[in-house]
Amino acid sequence: MKVLMTEYLRIDLDSEKWECRVCDHEIGSARGNYKEGLLVYNRDPADIHPSIIDPDKYRFTFCPDKEWVNIYEFYCPSCGTQMEVEYTFPGHEPLFDMQVDVDALKEQWSHREELTEPTTGPNVLVDRGHHHH
Amino acid sequence: MNKPIDLENVAKDQELIKKFLHETTLFLGPDPEIIRDHKIMPRTEYEEKCVNEYTDLNQIASIRDRLQAACEEGFEMVEQMGAAPGAKWGDIITGIYSASGDLTIGSAGGVLIFSVLVHHPIKFIIKNWIDEKTVGVKEGDGFIHNDSRYGNVHNTDQSMILPVFHEGKLVCWVASTVHEGENGAIEPGGMPSMAETPFDEGLKMSPFKVVENYEIKRDLLTFLQNSVREPKLQYEDMKVKLFACMRLEKRIKEVLEIEGPDALTACLRYTNDSVMDEVRRRISEWPDMTVRTHVIMDSTLRENALLKVNLAVTKKGDRLIFDFSGSSPEITNRAINTQLPGLKGMVAQSFMNHVWPDLPRGQAGFSPIEVITPNSSIVDCSYAAPNSQSLMSIFTGFTVAQHATAKFLYSIPEKYTRVLAPWYNMINTFIWGGVNQHGETLGNLCADLNGMGGGARMDRDGEHALAPIFATMADIGEQEMNEEEVPFLQLVSKKMTINTQAPGKFRGGMGYTMIVATKDSDQWGFMTSCVGSKAPPIQGLFGGYACGSFPLSKVTDVDVYDVLLNEPEKFKHSIPEIMNEQPFEGADYSTHHMGLGFDLSKRGELFMISRGSGGGYGDPLERDPHLVIQDIEESLITPDWAKKLYHVIFNEETLKIDKEATKAERDTMRTQRKAQGLPYDEFVKKYVKPHPPENIPFYGSWNGDNDVVYAGSLDDKRDAKNPGPIYMTHPKDVRISELEAELTAVRDEAGISPKDTRK
Ligand SMILES: [Zn+2]
Repeated sequence: MKVLMTEYLRIDLDSEKWECRVCDHEIGSARGNYKEGLLVYNRDPADIHPSIIDPDKYRFTFCPDKEWVNIYEFYCPSCGTQMEVEYTFPGHEPLFDMQVDVDALKEQWSHREELTEPTTGPNVLVDRGHHHH
Repeated sequence: MNKPIDLENVAKDQELIKKFLHETTLFLGPDPEIIRDHKIMPRTEYEEKCVNEYTDLNQIASIRDRLQAACEEGFEMVEQMGAAPGAKWGDIITGIYSASGDLTIGSAGGVLIFSVLVHHPIKFIIKNWIDEKTVGVKEGDGFIHNDSRYGNVHNTDQSMILPVFHEGKLVCWVASTVHEGENGAIEPGGMPSMAETPFDEGLKMSPFKVVENYEIKRDLLTFLQNSVREPKLQYEDMKVKLFACMRLEKRIKEVLEIEGPDALTACLRYTNDSVMDEVRRRISEWPDMTVRTHVIMDSTLRENALLKVNLAVTKKGDRLIFDFSGSSPEITNRAINTQLPGLKGMVAQSFMNHVWPDLPRGQAGFSPIEVITPNSSIVDCSYAAPNSQSLMSIFTGFTVAQHATAKFLYSIPEKYTRVLAPWYNMINTFIWGGVNQHGETLGNLCADLNGMGGGARMDRDGEHALAPIFATMADIGEQEMNEEEVPFLQLVSKKMTINTQAPGKFRGGMGYTMIVATKDSDQWGFMTSCVGSKAPPIQGLFGGYACGSFPLSKVTDVDVYDVLLNEPEKFKHSIPEIMNEQPFEGADYSTHHMGLGFDLSKRGELFMISRGSGGGYGDPLERDPHLVIQDIEESLITPDWAKKLYHVIFNEETLKIDKEATKAERDTMRTQRKAQGLPYDEFVKKYVKPHPPENIPFYGSWNGDNDVVYAGSLDDKRDAKNPGPIYMTHPKDVRISELEAELTAVRDEAGISPKDTRK
């Protein structure tokens, strides 16, 4: 059975591996940090957040200051999907952001049906004819 | 052989000692026993009896519905009649509290954070004033409170608290809270960034009796009016809150008349207990894991600095623990620290807004959740630390909570909301004050603060300028109505700031531009109080980006009202046009961080800011090209940046998408990522440092060692459990030192000695 953990990551409970949901690539042990199986890139904030006012004239430009923030991008090494982005202090280690208790996850899902798509929860409808409880 | 211990006598002695200590206490300061506890009080014997007696859930539901309706009625009264701008746009709440002081039923709208705060002052009243012969708690009494150290976000928020009696017996409490604004602090508007001690923060009301026989005591009222800049507002809103509480009391008495006090008590207790049971059940459905995140606070509002707000959330079984260890130590002379209840309130708010909005608004929804904080930190400061700008640390506290919970929620089969990226979290708005065009002294802020950009969701974009993170149903008010009271105009407003979106498969909801200029007063000024001018204070989710940074721009030495009259074609309606084209000759154009201290403005000078964007969700290369084009059509993004961020190929004139070319371009980008990305170990070796940046003051833990926190420089490392005081130098003194050093260097070079060399 596989559990969908994020938009791009799932855990195979039988093999106990993190996997890419886009290309099925096996990333690493589900007991470990999935980021260790990904490619990482230190993105210049100016590539993502334009200086909407002239950086030659002004100290603050709407573009984050790369001396003050780093943007770490994490890619699937097989399909190149950007699975995670971390805004962090310059030079800080990437966070071990999802440390899963795999045994508990197995126990929990032994009582559940496998999902191939995530549930989304109730929808908020503009149509006032509907009434939700 | 020793005599066996006489337990009964020991207990008696302890009781005597407790009584003696209580009677001889010289100062009833903030009580950690109350302030550090957010849990629902244990069942009393009486509650036990009532719950066992009244088991008809239909009856309980019917009572609860009537109480809920009463809370909405009270809310409506305050919103319609309240004088504070905060009241008009819903920065309020009304609620019903159990006899032990726990909020059980609160108004559905408004600032939900209050729903986990006002129990603190009520419990203080219960503990200290009921048996105090100089105070006492009687029918018709009303208590006022605003001091954050006794359980509040900040002291602009004032509560009115009334006990409800039935045949001489206290059965419950009602309270109404409003963000009033003015409180007599060193800067107008109630949230001074300049406060360096709690004594700079204005009126601090520990809970005290201000109403007897349902009437406000005029002597105390006069004292309070003299303590603030808006004496009329102080009176009006005390009356409004009192009347709202009295209406709630009336509705409760109607219930008591029909159902009796036992049924009411059963309803309140059953509601709290069943919500707590449901919360534990829902937590059990989450995956057992630890999620770690942090966000950057890039300012103290006085100077730029890097401060960490750190969070690890652990879920195990039905326990959910929020651990803020590693966050920045408190800054002893800066206002951005928070008292613990404010932080907890914001974490609770993240659940009420975005995780379990279907649960009743009350304290029970948060009661089972545990919170660990380092003492004397910006997220749990000492009583000696100023905290009038606690919004900075509790809003970033909200964001780490929201970011972490999203990672738990994705896999759960039964969801109550969409999984979403962090909301924008700063109040990019103008706080204002001075003498208005009618000669009245005012101090408050633009309701635009309520228009924060929503986070992108798992299946759609975030909403623009939708709601603040502290209230899902607050309004941004009518600017034209405000302008009747204030001597400035919003020359540009509600226009989305182009190219400021947080990209993703679904982008964050964006914020709009505000350009203001004073017109009809010589005594009027503005301040802004946000972090995020150098580094975004949020994160994106699952491959989506955060927003960019949002500074303050100013144009001085200009009167734009003259320009508008004489050369209207010169006025431009966006920050980039005004700042890049510099259309007004002789004017001075400058940029600043968003911690603008109160700044007197001259007629026609421009203060320009943008509200922020919520976080993006998912890989931008997966964004539907049609959504990209729609954003171009709606002037949210320029074609060049649409191409750069989303790699969509389209005809610039017709905006027709070339599907094949887009797919090919995106495949190329994925290949490029694989070429530019480094394996994790190599990346760590190349970029990760054993310590924080050397040239920027950093506060907080580094690389996961939460026992040690940095306090502004590499050689100032402290024990996280007991960091001690941290004083920052006044930014003007910093500047003076820089200039003195420059001057000395110039003098040395020119061989000039100072006129007076005496020490
Ligand atoms: Zn992949």
